[in-house]
Amino acid sequence: MTQPMRLSSGGRVDRTRRIEFRFDGQSFEGHPGDTLASALLANGVRLMGRSFKYHRPRGALTAGPEEPSALVELRLGARREPNTRATVAELFDGLEAKSQNRFPSLEFDIAAINSRLSRFLPAGFYYKTFMWPAAFWEKVYEPLIRRAAGLGRAAAEPDPDEYESMHAHCDVLVVGSGAAGLAAARAAAASGARVILAEQDFELGGGLLLDPAREAWRTEMVLTLAAMSDVKLLPRMTVVGFYEHNVLGAVERVGDHLAEPPPYKVRQRFWTIRAKQVVLATGATERLIAFPGNDKPGVMLASAAETYVRRFGVAPGSRAAFFVNNDWAYYAAFALKQAGIDVAAIVDVRAETAKAVAAHHLGIPLSLGCEIVDVQGGKSVRGVTVRKRDGSGVSSLECDLLCVSGGHDPAVHLASHTRAPLIWSRELAAFLPGKPVQAERSAGAARGVFGIAAAARDGAEAGAAAAEATGFKSAAGFALPAPDDAHHTSLEPFWEVRGPGMNGGKSFVDLQNDVTSADIRLAHQEGYEHVEHAKRYTTHTMATDQGKTGGIVGVAVLAAARGDSIEKVGLPTYRPYVTPVTWGAVAGREVGKHLVPTRRTPMHQWHLRRGGVFLETGLWLRPLYYTTTGETGWEPILREARAVRRAVGICDVSTLGKIDVQGPDAAVFLDRLYTNTFSTLPVGKARYGLMLREDGMVFDDGTTSRLGEQHYLMTTTTAKAAEVLEHMEYHAQVAWPELDAQFSTVTDQWVQMSVAGPRARDTLLNCVAGLDLSNSAFPFMAIGAGEVDGCPVRVFRVSFSGELAYEIATPAGYGERVWRAIIEAGAAFGILPYGLEALSLLRVEKGHVAGPELNGQTTARDLGMEKMLKKQGDYIGRVLAERPGLTDSRRPRLVGIRAVDPSFEKRLRGGAHLVASRDSIDSLGWVTSVTRSVELENWIGLAMLKRGPDDKGKRLYAAYPLKNETVEVEITSPHHIDPENARVRA
Amino acid sequence: MHRISCPFCGARDEIEFHYRGDATVLRPAPGAEAEVFYDYVYTRDNPMGWHIEWWHHVSGCRQWIKVLRNTATHEIKAVSKAQDKIEKPR
Repeated sequence: MTQPMRLSSGGRVDRTRRIEFRFDGQSFEGHPGDTLASALLANGVRLMGRSFKYHRPRGALTAGPEEPSALVELRLGARREPNTRATVAELFDGLEAKSQNRFPSLEFDIAAINSRLSRFLPAGFYYKTFMWPAAFWEKVYEPLIRRAAGLGRAAAEPDPDEYESMHAHCDVLVVGSGAAGLAAARAAAASGARVILAEQDFELGGGLLLDPAREAWRTEMVLTLAAMSDVKLLPRMTVVGFYEHNVLGAVERVGDHLAEPPPYKVRQRFWTIRAKQVVLATGATERLIAFPGNDKPGVMLASAAETYVRRFGVAPGSRAAFFVNNDWAYYAAFALKQAGIDVAAIVDVRAETAKAVAAHHLGIPLSLGCEIVDVQGGKSVRGVTVRKRDGSGVSSLECDLLCVSGGHDPAVHLASHTRAPLIWSRELAAFLPGKPVQAERSAGAARGVFGIAAAARDGAEAGAAAAEATGFKSAAGFALPAPDDAHHTSLEPFWEVRGPGMNGGKSFVDLQNDVTSADIRLAHQEGYEHVEHAKRYTTHTMATDQGKTGGIVGVAVLAAARGDSIEKVGLPTYRPYVTPVTWGAVAGREVGKHLVPTRRTPMHQWHLRRGGVFLETGLWLRPLYYTTTGETGWEPILREARAVRRAVGICDVSTLGKIDVQGPDAAVFLDRLYTNTFSTLPVGKARYGLMLREDGMVFDDGTTSRLGEQHYLMTTTTAKAAEVLEHMEYHAQVAWPELDAQFSTVTDQWVQMSVAGPRARDTLLNCVAGLDLSNSAFPFMAIGAGEVDGCPVRVFRVSFSGELAYEIATPAGYGERVWRAIIEAGAAFGILPYGLEALSLLRVEKGHVAGPELNGQTTARDLGMEKMLKKQGDYIGRVLAERPGLTDSRRPRLVGIRAVDPSFEKRLRGGAHLVASRDSIDSLGWVTSVTRSVELENWIGLAMLKRGPDDKGKRLYAAYPLKNETVEVEITSPHHIDPENARVRA
Repeated sequence: MHRISCPFCGARDEIEFHYRGDATVLRPAPGAEAEVFYDYVYTRDNPMGWHIEWWHHVSGCRQWIKVLRNTATHEIKAVSKAQDKIEKPR
C-alpha cells in the first residue's frame, strides 16, 4: 500500500491526483498540496537526514520554514540545490531529493561514530584541538575539517535557470497572511492604500489553513483582496530582511515548485520593496524543550504534528506522547486524537491545566507535574521515560511520536532587523517586539496576540493604523471571524529537563549545529558568559535556521548558568536573511556582462574589419593591434611601431577623457587643479598638465588646450576620466564655489585620433583644409581648426609617441569618415593603424609615464617632473607634496632600463625587482613598464629606482623570482629616444 | 539600503550616490600650515550618532550634497545643497 500514514480524510491535499517523487533513489507517491516532508511522512519515512557534527539521524521537527533538521538536496545535476528544507519544499512531479551528510547511506553512516566520540568534540573543539603542531594546519586539519563540515553539495555546473530582481513601492506592506495579515491587508486596502501582501507559504492563510471551520472566512478574505486593484498578493514570497529607511528585501520562489521553470520564466525573483508602512504579521514559532534524545526522528513540535494532521492529512505517528508546558499545545493533542491517532499521554510539567476536562472527555491520559527524561529508539522513537519532576515515579511509555511544546516565540526577526528593542513578556516567557524604530508595527501572534479571532482583530487595527499613517482615512469595516476560546493560556516557563537520575544523553538546544545544553554550560564555564560570546563559542543559533526553534532555550540555559534572568541575558542579534537565500536570487540578472555597457569608439567597425584584436580597458574596447595575416606575438606590434618611427601611423585615442571647461574663472580653476599654470597659456596653444591629489601624490596627467579666452578643453587618461570629473565637481561645488567655471564631460561627443610619424604632416597636408600646418605657423603644442573631407576638425600638435604628431578631433558622428580620409591621405607614405600595444611601446621608448608609473604612490619628483610644480599660487596637493617623506631624495625615482644582452631572448618583465647582484634579495626598486624596442633593437623599460637618476650607466639585475629569471640591465635616462625632443618639433 | 532625498532630484536609492565623509571638514586656506592640510586630508572623527557628510549624486544631478545622518541608526534628518548650512541636533 502506498502512503501508509496518509489519513483517510482531512487536509488540503488534492487526493484525486498523485505525484511521483524519489527520495534517496526510492520512488514514492504524494499529492498536490504536499510538501516533501509531509509526503515522506505519509509514506512512513521519518529519517530524512544526518546531523551536522555528530551525524545523528534526524527527521522533520517542524512543518514550516523554521525547520532545523530535515535538510535535503533537491534536484539533480546543474539544478542540484543543497540544504533545502523538506518542510517547505513543495512536492512536484518527478522531484528528486537526497539526504545529506551521510556516508555511505542514510541508514548506516560511518561518521555517526562522532556521536560516540563526542566527549572529544566539545564546544570550541576547533580552537582547542587543531592548534598544534602549526604545520599540521594546512596539510592535515584543514582538509579534514573541510571534508567533515558543511551539509549538502552545491551544483558544480552553471545554474541553467534565470533569476531577476524587482523593485516595488507601496503604502503598506503586510508580511504574513494569517488571520492578522489578511485582516491588516484588507483594512489598509479598504482605505485606499496600495498594499502588498507577502506570504512565504504557497497558500495564503497561515494558521487558518488548519481549521476547516475558518475556511469560509479565509476564502472570502483572499478573494476580496485578490479583486482589489491596489492590492498585490504574493504567495511563495519570503521577506528576508528589513533594512534602513523602510526598505525590505524579499525572495519570491516563482518556479521552485516546478521541476524546471517554463520557458522565459524565472526561477526566483528578488524584490526590493520600499514601503511607507509595514505590518509584520509573521506569527509565532513553537519552541522545543531540552531533554536527552529530543532530536530523534519522531520527536516533533506539537504544532507541527497538528499541521501534518490537519493541513496535509498525514499521521506523523500511530501513537503519540506529548511533552508540554502550556495549554496551547493541548489543541494539537486533541487534533491528533480526533484524527484517530492514539494519544498515549500528555506529559505536562505543570501541576494543573485548564484543559484537563477536555482531555478527559477525549480519553487522553494526563501526567501532570511530570517530565520526560529519555527517548528510546535510534532512527525512530520507540518510547519515552517519564518521571515526576521531583525525580520519583519513573515509568516508561510506548509511543512512536513525541510532540513537544515549550511555548511560542513571536517571530520578531524582521522587527529586530530594524533594531527595535525586544521586550520580555513574563506571561508568555518570550520576547515581543518593542517600540518601533522604523515605520512598522507588528500584529497578531507576532506580538503575542494569539487565537484566530484576536489576531484578526489586532491585524485589522494595525492595517487601518498603517494606512492612516500614510494619509488614508480608514473606511468601513468587514466581518471578522467569530470569537473563540482559543487564546494563549497559561504557561510555565520550562526549558530543560535536568537533575539526578539522567542518563547523560544529549539535550539539544540547536539541532542544526548540534549544540547541546552541556555545550552552553561549558562555554559559560570557560568564560564565554555574554550571549554573543557563548553563541560564537558554541555556534548556537549560527546555523541557517538561526535557532528559530531552540535559540531561546540555549539562552535560558546560559541564563541559569549565569544566575541571571533571560531578560538580562537577552537574545543574540538577529540579522538578515530570516531564511536562507540562494545566490541566484541575489545575483538576479547581474550575471556575465549583464547590463554593463560596452563602450566602443565610432571607428570600432573599421577596427574590426581591419583585424583589430581588442582589449577591455574599463568599459572600453580598444584595439590592441591589427592582424589579418596570422602574425603572432610581437610581429604586428613591431610592424605598427616601426611604421610610426619611420613613416606614419594612426591611432584611435577617443577613449581619453575630455572635459570642456568654460567661464570667466576657467583659467583660475585650472591653475588650482593642475600643478602648472594654465592662465598664462595663450589662446590656440596646448600644454601638458600634471594633477596631484591633495595628499601630494600624482593623480592624473594630460594635455589641456585653450580654445578661447574663457574656454579650455582638458584631456585625462582613459582610466581616470570619471574620477577626475568627480574631483573637479567636488572642488568647484564645495571648495571654491566663488569661482565661475562650468564644465562638462565631452568624451563621447568627440572622436580623437593620433597621427604620428615623420610623415604625419605630409599626411595631414593631403587632407586637412583651412589650416596652415607649416612648422612655423603651426608649431609643437599649437592647436587649430579646419576641415577633413568636409567634416569640422580640431587639430592639436601634441605627441605621446615622441614623433612629429597631431591629434585630430571631430564630432563623434564624423569619426569614421575623417579616419578613412586620413588613411587615404597617408596611403602614399605607408600609413598604418596602430593599437594599444604599439602605443605603449612608443611611449616607453620616449619615456612618457602612464598608468604603471602613475600608480597613486608616486610624486612629481619621483617621476622627474618637479619642474612642473609651480612656485606661486595655490593648487591641490601643493602643501602636502612638500612633506619630508615625499621630498626625501632616497625615494625611488623614474629611470630607464635596457637589457644588456642585445638579443631578445632574455625578456624583461614588469614587476621585476632591481637588485645589485644576481643573488641579492635587497630590492633597490622595481620595473614598471617594459617593451621590446624598435629603435634600440633591445628590451627596454621604465623603472622606479632608489637614487635613480644618479645611477645612470650603472648595471643592475632585474630579478623575477616567480619565473626564476634574472636579466642584467643598464640604468639609462627614461628617454630612450630623442631626449632633446627634436622630433616632435620637426 | 539608504534612501536619500537629493535637494535637486528627490528621494533616491543610495546606489546613485558616492560617499565622501565628514562635510564639516573644509579645505584650508592656501596659506595654512602643513599640519592643517594634514588634518584636512587624513584626520576624521568616527562618531557614533549624528554626522554631517558629503554625498555626491553621481548617477543623478552630479551635485555634492550634505546629509545629516545618524551613523548608528542610519536615520537621515536633513539634506541640503553644498553651500547651505546644516546643524547637528544637540
